Amino acid sequence: MMLPFSAAEPIPLQAYLLLAAVLFCTGVWGLINSRNAVRVLMSIELMLNGVNINLMAFSSYLDGQLIRGQVFAIFVITVAAAEAAVGLAILLSLYRNRETVDMERFNLLRW
Amino acid sequence: MTIASATQQICFLVLSVTLVLGALGVVLLPSIVYSAFLLGGVFLSVAGLYLLLNASFVAAAQVLVYVGAVNVLILFAIMLVNKKETMAAIPGLPLRRVLSGGVCAGLLVLLLRVAFVTPWAVPGPEPVGEEATIRIGEHFFSDYLLPFELASVLLLMAMIGAIVLARRDVFSSDVITGEPADQGLLEKARTPLLIETPAPSPTAGPR
Repeated sequence: MMLPFSAAEPIPLQAYLLLAAVLFCTGVWGLINSRNAVRVLMSIELMLNGVNINLMAFSSYLDGQLIRGQVFAIFVITVAAAEAAVGLAILLSLYRNRETVDMERFNLLRW
Repeated sequence: MTIASATQQICFLVLSVTLVLGALGVVLLPSIVYSAFLLGGVFLSVAGLYLLLNASFVAAAQVLVYVGAVNVLILFAIMLVNKKETMAAIPGLPLRRVLSGGVCAGLLVLLLRVAFVTPWAVPGPEPVGEEATIRIGEHFFSDYLLPFELASVLLLMAMIGAIVLARRDVFSSDVITGEPADQGLLEKARTPLLIETPAPSPTAGPR
């Protein structure tokens, strides 16, 4: 284990950063490799959650009484909700036109 | 919320394992429905981590918005587009997966190096603890008032945009010519351009 835990210490900040990095990289890999468009949207949500964990950890460990990280995290959650709604609406429209959710066949604007 | 360190560590470990396994399941499982439910588990684990960080308001917002709205929206989208289709094989797909896995591992190493090498100023100032909700409210109505109001405008725009994109018959007539020009112009019954079939007549030019 990379986490330097001992029984009486509080959780180090690096543990949260490690977790957020793993979540973000998983999201990036899924974003690149998913064939299903819905899974691409899910990967984006994973990445946003990784960033949120970072913000919340910094807010709790380094920001003291001004918890600006929590405020930022709430704004990120808001934008993520809007993004999910618009993304899924685009996906539905796309599915009606092309009758597929395969990302490899959405190449009308690519070349 | 102050609980013992050992309890916090146990909770953190359980939540981390759930989070990482759930995230891997989201991107790796072949069934998209399982992925969506695992995504709900990931969101709940993240909410648990926020509770460990003494951020009860953000944890509640996470459960309400992500689990209650985004995940349900994703499930609805899966139900609406859930047609069994066999994706055509692509040459070099395993190589692409391995290469992108390498790139992501490199990104992970970079992030971890930053996280473990940077001398963070811990222990920082005294954390706010239980008063976080009050402080967030004060932030929203004083120095973050403009982003707060802009967020409401953004949500309104997203709602209208989603309705316009997802409905079929928003524009019943063309604005300029008055002809019935709904989104049926793009619908599949009339779109030989959008579906990859060969052109019906040999005189048609190259696409």
